[in-house]
Order: sequence, then C-alpha cells, then structure tokens
Amino acid sequence: MNTRFDRIVEDNAWCPGCGNFSILAHLKEALEEMRLDPLQCVVVSGIGQAAKTPQYMSVHMFNGLHGRALPVAQGVKVSNPSLTVIAEGGDGDMYGEGGNHFMSAIRRNADIINIVHNNMVYGLTKGQASPTSQRGFKTPVQTEGVHVEPFNPIATAISLDASLVIRTFSGNKEHCKAMLKIAIEHKGYVLIDIFQPCVTFNKTNTFKWFKENVYELPDNYDPTDKVKAFEKSLESHPFPIGVIYKSPNKDTLETILREESNRNGAPLYQHQIDYRLLGDEINKHI
Amino acid sequence: MRNSVSVLIGGSAGQGIASIETLLTKGFKRSGFYTFSTKEFMSRVRGGSNTTLIRISDTPVNAPDFKVDIFVPLDTNAFFHAQERITDETFVIAKKGDYECDCVRYDYDLESLAKAIGNPIVSNTIAAALVFGLLGCDGAVLREIISEFYTNELLAVNLKALEVGAELARENGNCRYCIKPNSLMRPKNDLFLSGTEGIGFGAIAGGCNFISSYPMSPSTGVLTFLAKQSRNFGICVEQAEDEIAAFQMGLGVWYSGGRAITTTSGGGFSLMGEGVSLSGMTENPMVVYLAQRPGPATGLPTRTEQGDLELAIYIGHGEFPRIVLAPGDPKECFELARKAFELADAYQIPVILMSDQYLADSYFNVEQFEIEDKQSTAHVVKTDANYKRYALTPEGISPRGIPGYGGGLVLVDSDEHTEEGLITESMSVRNEQNGKRLNKRELIYDEVITPEVDKEGEIAVVGWGSTKHIIKEAVERLADERIACIHFSWVYPLSESQLTLLQKAKYLIVVENNATGQFAKLLRLHGITVHEQILKSDGLSFFVDELSEKLSVLLKEIR
Repeated sequence: MNTRFDRIVEDNAWCPGCGNFSILAHLKEALEEMRLDPLQCVVVSGIGQAAKTPQYMSVHMFNGLHGRALPVAQGVKVSNPSLTVIAEGGDGDMYGEGGNHFMSAIRRNADIINIVHNNMVYGLTKGQASPTSQRGFKTPVQTEGVHVEPFNPIATAISLDASLVIRTFSGNKEHCKAMLKIAIEHKGYVLIDIFQPCVTFNKTNTFKWFKENVYELPDNYDPTDKVKAFEKSLESHPFPIGVIYKSPNKDTLETILREESNRNGAPLYQHQIDYRLLGDEINKHI
Repeated sequence: MRNSVSVLIGGSAGQGIASIETLLTKGFKRSGFYTFSTKEFMSRVRGGSNTTLIRISDTPVNAPDFKVDIFVPLDTNAFFHAQERITDETFVIAKKGDYECDCVRYDYDLESLAKAIGNPIVSNTIAAALVFGLLGCDGAVLREIISEFYTNELLAVNLKALEVGAELARENGNCRYCIKPNSLMRPKNDLFLSGTEGIGFGAIAGGCNFISSYPMSPSTGVLTFLAKQSRNFGICVEQAEDEIAAFQMGLGVWYSGGRAITTTSGGGFSLMGEGVSLSGMTENPMVVYLAQRPGPATGLPTRTEQGDLELAIYIGHGEFPRIVLAPGDPKECFELARKAFELADAYQIPVILMSDQYLADSYFNVEQFEIEDKQSTAHVVKTDANYKRYALTPEGISPRGIPGYGGGLVLVDSDEHTEEGLITESMSVRNEQNGKRLNKRELIYDEVITPEVDKEGEIAVVGWGSTKHIIKEAVERLADERIACIHFSWVYPLSESQLTLLQKAKYLIVVENNATGQFAKLLRLHGITVHEQILKSDGLSFFVDELSEKLSVLLKEIR
C-alpha cells in the first residue's frame, strides 16, 4: 500500500526479513488510514536498528542519541501540543540506556506514543543481550547464557500507572496495525511494545517462536482493571497481546505545564515577551 | 569619617541571618548608600556556621573585604568560625564571657534583651538596629521596612526591638562608624539584586519559555526564580529525572521553536556532555546556565570556584563551535543571559553561561537594566516543500525550520547527515557539513564582546567572570599608575580583537578562582605570555584586601 508517509530510500540498513520492515509498513499504513498529515507528525528516535525507522518515512524526524528519544519527544510535545509525537526505538534504546527516562515519561504522561521494537537482542552492536533477553540466552558476551532477570516493560508501565499499555507482534499485521491506531488515537502516554524477530542475531526468539508464544486477549478482557492487568503482565510463554492496561483519565504534561504557566495552547514559537511586566518585576529591586 | 564599612553577621543555618541581611541591605540602600552583600555557608540545612557580609560605601562597592569593621556573631561557633576576620579595631557585638578577643567588644546579650521585650527571635532585629545606629543611619528607615514585612503582634515586637537596638547605639555614642550617604551620586532607579536574579531576568528578556533542570547548588536559584515567574511570563517548568533528560528536553523544545534553558553545576554538566555534542551536530540551539562550585566530584557543594572553564570549553565529543560567556555582576548576568538566547538561536549552537556560587549568591548595586521593547528575533524560517534543514548557503548558516510551521519536513540527525538531514557516510558530504558547522566559528567572531578595560598601564591584571569587581577594587586600592584591569565576559572562542589588548601589555597577571589557571592556559594557547598568576581554590572567593596585598607583593618585584 502506498502512503503519504513513504520515503524513497536507496539504501536501507536493515537485514532482509527484519521485523522492522513490517513495523515500518504497519505504522505508515496506520497513520495513512487515520488521515494524519505528515507535516503534523514528528518521530523522535534514539540509536539502534529500530531507531532508524524515521529515516525511512516521510515525517519530521529528530534522530537523537541512544536512549534519549523520550525526553526530546516530551520537549517537542510541550513546545507544540498540536503535533503528533512518536518516540520510537528498540528494547536496548528505550529500556536499557533510556530506562530512567522511560519511567519518568510514564509518570509525566505527555501525549506521546512510545513505540518499542522488542526483539530481545542487540542488533546494531551485533548480538549481545538486551534488557528483555530471556534467561539462558547465549551471546558472544553472555557466553554461558544471560544470568539476569529480563526486564518486564509491561509490568513496569502498569505499576507506574501508564495511561495506556499495549503489546503486539510485528508478524500479526492486522493486530499490530489496529494496536498502532489505538495508540495514536489515545490522549496521553502510550507504551506499545512490539514483539519482533531479529533474523540475524536472535536464533532463539524467531518468527515461529513469537508466533507460538503469543495469544490475543479475549474481547471480554477489561484493561481498566489494574490488578488483573498486572497479573496479565506477568504471564509468559505464551505472552498476552492487546490493550493490556488503560488507566483512568488524567491530564497530560503539556496541558498541566500550560495551565501552570498561564499559557494557552499556542505553540511556544509564538511566544511574546511581556516587557512592561518585566520592567515592573525588575523595578521591585530598586 | 570612613568611606566604606564591612559588617559581618555569623550564625548557624536557621538562626535568621538572612532576615538581618534583608533588613540591613534594604535599610542601607534606602538610606542612600552603595550596598553589597555576599554569603558563605556550609552544606547543611540546619546548624553549622555561616556568615553574611554586608559592605556599604559612599562610592560604588561591589566586592567583599576579608577583614571586617563590625562583627555580630549570633552564637559562639560563629565567633570561632570567623575569628580570622577580626582586627583589633573590629567592633564585636556579643555577650561577655563566651570568648576572648583582641577587639573592641560590645558586651550585650541580645537574646536576653529580646526575651525581655517578649520574644527571643527579635534579637536579630535588635542587632540590625544597633548596627544601623552605629553607622549613623536614620532609624525611621528601618521602621518603614519592618512595617512592610510584619503585621499585628510581630510588627509590634519588632518595632520595640528597633527601639532597643537604637538605644544601644545611642549609648555607644552613635556614629561610631559613621559614613556619609551619597544619594546624589547614585544613579536613579539603580537596582540591588543577586547574580541569580540577573540571570533569571536576562533569560526572560531573551524570550525563555521553557526550563527543565535537575536541582543542584549553586544553580538552583535560577530554576526557582523562573518557576516563581512562570505565570507572569508563560514559562513552562519541568523538573527532570536527571541532567541528561533536562538537556534533551530543552533540545526538543528548541527543535520545535521554543526557547529553553537548563541550569546545573559541574557534576550535572558532566552528564550533559553528550547533549552538548548533540546540539553541536544537529545545529539545534541550547542554553545552559553553569553555576560553578569546587570539584572534583561532589567537592564543596555550597562553596565557590572557577574550576569548570576547561570543562565548558571542551565538553562534548567531536569538534563543533560553542560560545562560553562569563558575566561579572548582575547587570552583565542580565545582558549575557539575554544574549545567550540570541546567540544560540542565530548560530544554532550550544551557549554556556557561566557563573559560580559567589556571583549567584551575592547582591550588588547595579545600574537599571536596559529593557528594549522589541520582541527578540526568532531565527526561524517558514518551510516549503523543498526545505532542507542542512542546506549549504553562501551565508554559512542553514535556515532553521521547525515542525508544524510551513510545508516542509524538518529532519535533524545525530548521525552525519545530508543537506536534507538524512544519515550518510559520504565523505564529501561529511566534509561539507562538518566544514559548515566549524566555519560558524568565523561568523561568531563578529559577535565577540571586547574585554572591559579599566585604567591604562603597562601591567595588565586580567580576570574573567565573577572576579570582575574584586580585581577592580583591589587595583584601585593600590593606586599604582602602572596597572590596567582587563575583564573578560566573553571567554570562548577568543578572537584576535580581544587579544590585541593583552599583546600590548608588558607584564600580564592573571587572577583566577581556581588551582591551575585555566584561563591563563587558554591565553597561552593563543600565544599570549602570562607572567604571573594569582590563584585561589579554597572554596571562597577572593577578597579585595587579600588580593590587593598579593598584587602589591608582585608589583614590588616588577621594576
């Protein structure tokens, strides 16, 4: 499907068969089908193979540093709330290097979509363990297998009362696209963790493995029940996919900061300095 | 009759030194004196031993003396803490029996006097009124100020305390340290404010509309100042989870058209290194306020030093231009903070605004700020469909578009990038883009601020940043016609035009509040011969009397 979000790229750095291709396609189609304007979309990313995604799209891009997509994305959203802001990267980028920002972004609740390509391995640095690698996973560094507990982003996000928590699988096109649409539609912070195979460096968690180890949440599942959602987040082999948790409504960061600073919704680039008031404030020091 | 008096108040945290400071400084200023105050304190919330120094004069005074004329220790520890600052002429107001000193001691138990009129906490007010009287000031001024502060019972007991203090001064013959106010000489509407407040007002005048910081002494004052003013001036304030995020949020704000600042001290600034580099690579503006304290590591958290100049100049991997500014008083703080936003925006670079605990926490008498009423120029262009963020232009600067303003896409990349902003490994593109970034330095030279020169002479005493007025007064005291003072407020990059002054000097003395002479090293890199250095890194600022003595020793050797 052609979309207005396509970019002609001569040299794509991803391996043939990489799950990133499907996520990129699903995302562009979701944006297209939701009739979003590329000129109103900003994708902020860090470093890693997943973080290259905005290089292959027609959107505003801030391709920053490893782990730092979330703070930049929050700054963009506060500065101009009318923009649709996506922070995208891999499990190492978002959960490892950017772990502190991940926790704080959830708590701040800016209206941003945090897309995490989760392939349980490091791609860019060639095959070391990632925060979500399963115990026993062998790599050139973890030669005897990973000996630390895998990071559970879903449980973490629920414990911090994330506005919306979603997990999906890149190999399930319909599900993944539907989930991306829900994420984009939602007002507030969204974690959308997307399981994705790495064809080159992860021979354990393959396409087949993911397919066999996920199941869709039933229609009658209630994501607003926090305790149930937390139980779901602890399930593994198979892992549930779908909207796992939805918090009660809450104000977004950009709204709160604007109320606290007595601003309207206009973007910061339209800022005017009140020189008369400045003079008055300075004159209090006479 | 003297022309300047130093009053030192010492006590533990929580004893109310700040309230005496406010009362006296306001009182002196309203009485027509030039007033200056500075403080040194320990890194603790309660207890310890801290001092505030107030200097008043009939001529401009903007620097501290070490030896003091009047000393009010509010407890015994305060006396021992500041003992070295007493001379045999110092008038010490303290209860007899606590300690012995070779000084003029005024034996009064302020606390008992305060208790006698109903509330021990007003001993501070008694002390203030006594000091005020000793200097021959009109007590009505203090009554006026007290009435602005308090109401009801607190007002009544404080007014009583003023009477008690004034009576004590009368008993002592008043006017023991009288100096004549010189209100005529003082410019109209001059201000009394701190370096912190100067930076805060300058940021507002520079169009700052976002701050995110992680609190760290001695930078936090600017964060709280802007938070307090956020409603007045539409400033979005967010406390970041760490300094890394604080800087990155600021970059996100600038990228989409806002004007952000982050505030920190050396330790936090170290964490911002990658962000400074990202600002350089993406040509995304950013302003950092770096208030120094002694390092390495945690160092002396509440003390002062100029130890992070090299950090500011070299922080961040790779090669890219930046500007480092170092104001010397609140007026320069205002002007340079405002300019920092303009420079960052115009040249699409990180600008580092340096201060330190001494400047941040000291109150100066400065001329009224010049507030122009034109809106600051936003160097942002409306994009079209062919827009390229990193276009090569004859001017050497790629016009900066922002998302959501115009018909083009704004792509910025931390990787080396094409004109469009997409990742590339083309060596020719690398050379073009890297060259463009580095060449901005040539354009920046046009903006450089010429160092301020005071007096003429073949011996130049050179300083940068917060030492400005200390050096100036120390040199004035020497009354040696051979000496000129040179103050740098624009410390990096240094241009030829700034250095010709130094090349003319026959003998160059560089004064710095650090242990290794970082600015002198920078001057030497530019081929300047530095003959002598006066350095200090014990955690305190220089003092005029101390520096003037050190200079005079050096001068004796120069024939």
